[in-house]
Amino acid sequence: MNKVKLANWGRYPVIETSISSFNEERHAVQKIRNAHGVIARGLGRCYGDSSLAENILSTLNYNKFIAFDETNGVLRCEAGVSFADILEVFVPKGWFLPVTPGTKFITVGGAVASDVHGKNHHKEGTFGNWVHSLKILIASGEVINCSPGENADLFFATVGGMGLTGIILEVVFSLKKIETAFITQQVHIAKNLDEVMRLFDENKAATYSVAWIDCLAGGKTLGRSVLYLGEHSKTDEIADTIFADKPLYYHGKGSIGVPFNFPSGSLNSLSIRLFNSLYYGMNKLKSDGKIHINPFFYPLDSVNNWNRIYGKKGFLQYQFVLPLENSREGMTEILTALHNEGRGSFLAVLKLFGKQIPYFLPDTSVNEVTVTAEETANRNETTVSNNAQFERIEAESNTQERASRDGKNQQCMQNGINHPLISFPMEGYTLALDFPITSGLMKFLNKLDEIVLEHNGRFYFTKDSRLKPDVFRKGYPELDQFLKIKRKYDPENTFSSSQSKRLGLT
Amino acid sequence: MKNCLIIGANSDIAKALAAQFAKAKYNLCLTGRNMEELKKTASDLNIRFGVQAEALFFDVLQYETHETFFQQLEPKPDVVIAAAGLLGDQSIAETDPQYARLIIDTNFTGVAGILNEAGNYFETIGKGSVIGISSVAGERGRKKNYFYGAAKAGFTAFLSGLRQRLHPKGVFVMTVLPGFVRTKMIENEETPWLLTAEPEKVAKQIFNGWKSRKPVIHTPHYWWLIMCMMKMIPEKIFRKLNV
Repeated sequence: MNKVKLANWGRYPVIETSISSFNEERHAVQKIRNAHGVIARGLGRCYGDSSLAENILSTLNYNKFIAFDETNGVLRCEAGVSFADILEVFVPKGWFLPVTPGTKFITVGGAVASDVHGKNHHKEGTFGNWVHSLKILIASGEVINCSPGENADLFFATVGGMGLTGIILEVVFSLKKIETAFITQQVHIAKNLDEVMRLFDENKAATYSVAWIDCLAGGKTLGRSVLYLGEHSKTDEIADTIFADKPLYYHGKGSIGVPFNFPSGSLNSLSIRLFNSLYYGMNKLKSDGKIHINPFFYPLDSVNNWNRIYGKKGFLQYQFVLPLENSREGMTEILTALHNEGRGSFLAVLKLFGKQIPYFLPDTSVNEVTVTAEETANRNETTVSNNAQFERIEAESNTQERASRDGKNQQCMQNGINHPLISFPMEGYTLALDFPITSGLMKFLNKLDEIVLEHNGRFYFTKDSRLKPDVFRKGYPELDQFLKIKRKYDPENTFSSSQSKRLGLT
Repeated sequence: MKNCLIIGANSDIAKALAAQFAKAKYNLCLTGRNMEELKKTASDLNIRFGVQAEALFFDVLQYETHETFFQQLEPKPDVVIAAAGLLGDQSIAETDPQYARLIIDTNFTGVAGILNEAGNYFETIGKGSVIGISSVAGERGRKKNYFYGAAKAGFTAFLSGLRQRLHPKGVFVMTVLPGFVRTKMIENEETPWLLTAEPEKVAKQIFNGWKSRKPVIHTPHYWWLIMCMMKMIPEKIFRKLNV
């Protein structure tokens, strides 16, 4: 097979690999037979080397919608379906992604493997929280189902498991009901870190919250930010706009592109400082209002290949989370380091994660989403979606009742595993930074690593391309348990990535 | 709503073409032998485009079933597309006559049979479209795949004749000559990267060609030029070439 050079979104590292694809399950089974060092890859929007390996199995041709339950919004689809496709098809029907990162150019399989989070993490958890079940091709060539109630160990090792347990083939998950395709947005300006943290805390009830932070500011303005809050607009909220008669208007196409690589060094501390000051100033003038889901969730998706502005050498993303109790101190230290070094990040994003939302045994009737949309119309069964489960969590003030159900769940979940083992988010503040690759960067990041570890923080696999094994492991106390499950289902390391090798996981 | 029947709907070009017709709000009848895969494609089209899509078993090699199959179709199609094909392994075909025949029958005898049924039906109602996916391989035989190429040449000639017969009756017959397309058919072949097109692009060109009633299209279009040149090479030289 032909070797090609390939990199993910950060354009670093570049590796030589052979890549093949499949559009039927049996072809995928054939392709992993006797293979080594295989990893599934979707749209390659992870920044580093998570989906790079000697043998890449692209899921992009495995992209069919299989069934949709219109009553409960439960979708079964193949892993290569992209979020962009889902939005295109389902927003006009009144459904939205339960959790979405800042780009819609990711696949469902990738969303599970990275257990992606979004602006609603503090309230609605990660993508995995909305997954009912998975169909996965494991190293033996078997295709098996897993869910919190069936092969739970495999389920919780696969959600957030970076594709190391096998090839995710199908995903069943809940969509979220929406009335309109718009978000009612509030913008708050925070003069410094204390203020933005106070605002995050005060606005925990908001469905969506995220802050853009000016990491070149220092002194009294250290951590000055713009906080965005959002709620799905109700029909009557857009009644006086031109979208009143088409509340679910969606148009996914139309974007401008960056046709060539900018000269490396275009983004230097001066241009970043200028951009940051302008951006902060502009937002001071911005008023609150209604905004379409596309610009609210995916501002950068309208610029194709925006990664090219970092030049040919590429860039690094750096994302970590600090436990809540250490967040203020740790963030202050890191922002001070950034300020002193004058190493700004073009896009720095701050977000408060919530506690991990518990997983419940899925209602089996929801799991049986094998009917087509047509047949669904004739079905009268009432089923409970994840969506309803969240409401139930809130409604249950009776802790005893809650405890007994948790107990029941615990019992059913194998080996007591009831949550993803190496999923990134934990309660506390997360900061995502990106840096053009320049000399001295690695040394500087090593320094930041130490600060993160001192404060018991951890790093996001999906954005990493440079961490050392020991630095990584420290943040994930359940890594050994994950590896045990990985070995159970993949004793010969059929599945591994450049990243898993670098981190000593495979 | 209009209806489109696809023969060999599991082929990658057919799947992409089905999406084009579904987008244009055609209900689809997908036929082939791998029912599980066909049903999945049908649900996908149904969910994506809100059209009716059904999956039916049909084997082009079972000639005796062609007539009844077409007669029993309800509703009757407005467009019939034949995309069934088998590239096969030339080296096996050279020594195994049964296998050679399988290649010829799949690519020519089988598809011609069912399209003839469709043509007869369209003739009686005085309208309808037949789209046959042939191949540039049929334009000049090459040592690499001459059983496949010969069958496609036969299919191309068949479509040309059918067109001449049905044109006065108001029936449109279209010949599609794809070059290299990134499909499972050529997955194990090494094809020039620059000359290999995505099925979606090819499907779009076929659909547009059908809309503007082009009788014969090369897709991607530049294959017209390549084949023009290929056909001009004198046999004395061609026989020595390693293409």
